[in-house]
Formats: sequence, C-alpha cells, structure tokens
Amino acid sequence: MALGTYVPGYSNDVNRLGELERAIMDILWESPEPLTVRQVSGNLTERDLAHTTVMTVLDRLAKKGFARRERDGRAWRYRAAETREAYVTELMLSALEQTGDRHAALARFARSVSETEAAALRRALEALGQGAAARPAGEDRARGIGD
Amino acid sequence: MLPAPAIVLAAFSAACIPAGSSLAAARWPRRSPAAAIVLWQALGLGWGVAAVGALAALGASDARSGVAGGSFALVSRVLGGGHAAAGPRRLVAWTIGLRLLALAAGLVLLLLLCWILVAAFYAVIRARRRQHMLLSLLAHGDPKVPGALVVDHPAATAYCVPGLRSRIVISAGALDLLDQDELAAVLAHERAHLRERHDLVLLPFAALLRAFRWVSVAREAEAAVSLLVEMHADDRALRHRPARELATALLRVGVAGWVHAPAGALAVADGEVAARVSRLLRPDPRLPAPALALVAVAAVGAVAVPAALLTLPF
Repeated sequence: MALGTYVPGYSNDVNRLGELERAIMDILWESPEPLTVRQVSGNLTERDLAHTTVMTVLDRLAKKGFARRERDGRAWRYRAAETREAYVTELMLSALEQTGDRHAALARFARSVSETEAAALRRALEALGQGAAARPAGEDRARGIGD
Repeated sequence: MLPAPAIVLAAFSAACIPAGSSLAAARWPRRSPAAAIVLWQALGLGWGVAAVGALAALGASDARSGVAGGSFALVSRVLGGGHAAAGPRRLVAWTIGLRLLALAAGLVLLLLLCWILVAAFYAVIRARRRQHMLLSLLAHGDPKVPGALVVDHPAATAYCVPGLRSRIVISAGALDLLDQDELAAVLAHERAHLRERHDLVLLPFAALLRAFRWVSVAREAEAAVSLLVEMHADDRALRHRPARELATALLRVGVAGWVHAPAGALAVADGEVAARVSRLLRPDPRLPAPALALVAVAAVGAVAVPAALLTLPF
C-alpha cells in the first residue's frame, strides 16, 4: 500500500489537514528517532509547505495523543506515541470485542465463534463444496449446522 | 387501599420479564426478524412505562383524573397545603408522605432509565470518534471493495461504524479470504445496517445490558435483538446478492475468525453464525399475514395498555 497518499474512502469529508496528518504520521512511524519540524517537512512529498503548517499539524497530532514531543535544545522533536501496528491492533480489538456498548458502536459482520462452532462451520463449508478454501478441519465432535 | 392502576401497572411490568424470556427463546422471530424487532422495542418501552407508572400510580391522589393528573393533584395539594380532606389530620399526613415517596421513586426510576440511555449513547459516540480518528490515519481504499475502508490486519473481519459519517471497514485478512461475490455480499449486509440505522435499534438494549449485566433477561434481550438485527440485514442483502454468497462469506469469516473463544465462553453468542447460515441455505417460510397482524397487535398493546392506564381516569 502506498503511504501518505490520497485515500479514496476519506477524500470527501476529511480536509487537507486530515491528509497531512496522515502523511506526517507515516513519516513519524517510519523514523527510528524523534524528528524536528524541519526534518518532517523535508520528508514530505509536498515540499512547498509552510513551516508553520507542518508545525500546526504536528501540534494537533500531539494534542490528539498520536505524537509525543520532547525538547531538544531550542527545537521540539516529535515521535509517534505508539507504533502503527499498535493502532491497527486497537482498531481491530475494538471491533472484535463483544461488550454491549462496543457492540452498539460498531456492527460486526460475524461475531467470534467457539471452537466447537468453528468446526461445525468448517463442515458446512465442505458440504457446500467450498472446503478447500477453509482451514483444515480440526475436530470431528462438532454438531451439524441447524440442528 | 392501593389504587387499582398501580397494581395492574406493576403486574404488567413484572409480566414483561417472562414475556421477554419467552420471546428470546421463541423460534418464530427468525422467520420475520423485522416484526420481532418491533415487538422487542414495544415490550421494552411498555416495561419502562409500566414500571415508572406503577410508582406514579401509587402516588396519584385523585383517582378521577388518571395517574398523570392525580400525581399533579398530589403535588399541588402538598404545595398549596390548604384543602386537606376531612379525617384525622395525622393519617392524611402519613398517606401524603407515603404517596410522595412513591412518586419520588417513580421519578428516580425514570431519570435512571434516561441516564442509562444517555450514558450508553456517549460511550458509543466516544468509541466511534476514536474509530474515525484511527481510520483516517490507517485505512485505505481498495478497488475490490468500492466505498469501504481497508485496514491492514491479517484477521478476517468486517464491520461498520454507523453514524452521520458512516464507514464500512474490511480487514486485509477478509479481503484475502473472500472472493469478489462474497465481498459484495458482505458490503450489501453492512450497507443495510447503515441505511436502516440498526445501531439505534440496538442502543437501548445495549444500554440496559450495560446497566443490568447481572439480570438474565437483559442479556437475553440484547443477544436476541442483535441476532435479529443481523438476520434482518442478511434479508436485506438478499435483495441484491444470492443467499449462497452471503452464506459462504459468513462461514469463511466464522471459521477464520481471529479469536476462537473456548466453547461456552460466549454462551449467548454461540451458534449465531450457524443459525444465520442455516437460515440462508434452508429458509423457513416467512410468517403468514394473520400471524404478523397478531404480532402487531401485541406490540401496540404492550405500549398502549400501560400508556392508557397512566392517562385515563379510573
């Protein structure tokens, strides 16, 4: 996937600032050490951005908790608060959780199933002639579907 | 003596609990999920009105103007202080005190129920705002799923973030797992959730579950309504896609699911995916018109009876 590029799904309502936030987070995530505003500007594909614009966006990211800043002499240095993977995991976990309010916040296509039910589903897929694409069947003690 | 409406309203709200349990256990709702969802909503609303109303009816002092009018009469009588009825003054003060207490309890219950709803709503809004923030930084589009957002995670999952800025999210794992037709079926299912605002249907039941997690009927109701909402979205998706695509998509996501909870841990959710699949592949006939009419009558009655007891003079 291309990092820091145009996102079709979000292009309509997320303004330019949103796209910049994303591009800047990508830079912070890829950098092993904290970066100054100037270094972040230098890494952006769009070179002609004003220094203050980049600073404003970094400030916003820090306020939202996605970036941390620390003093380095007279300059601030910024780094990502968490790794990209940590945020992806948070996103997925909140979608997978089963508690009441989460469940109302997001609607999942299929809830987590138990091992027993997974085995039954696997057998149903095989019965439909789709078994090859499913994971190899584990146990056979499962009940059939719909009984 | 207890006023008759208080007894009837209390009995009505108590009867809603076994009624909910048997509705949760019934098989017919999956034949017409939409009708059953309406009945659940009516039952929930009727229970709340009856429970609050029973306490208010205990407090109502003037039988001839109904519970609502009687409650006002009591309050104005206490505030006005003047025309206390004949009889020993002490006894009158006693009954007025008890009635005020019942009225206050009714008010507290009403406020509590409203608070539960508002708190759940805010929790939902907070969770969604976080989702939108993270998605704007992490998700990207993909031509295989037009209009949806893809998150690069190997677990197979798909979900939607309802609301004004609604989004459908599909994991990279699901994108790899499902073929083009199955993905289209998943999108049709999620779009139905968003279009019909199923999240708003679910919210009051999720709110009750949040507040009364230890009450079995609250758990049963939330599980039943959330399954019915899924089944209804399945039905809607069938308008655009064949049943088999949706069924294999469900089976694949179910089998590849990230977390296989140990059997029994999700006692309520267990069997949901299987139930939806068997319903898609071997559909039962929808409820006939007379049965649907009966459900409608029950739904209207569940709200109208307690509302009438509250407002009509007795």
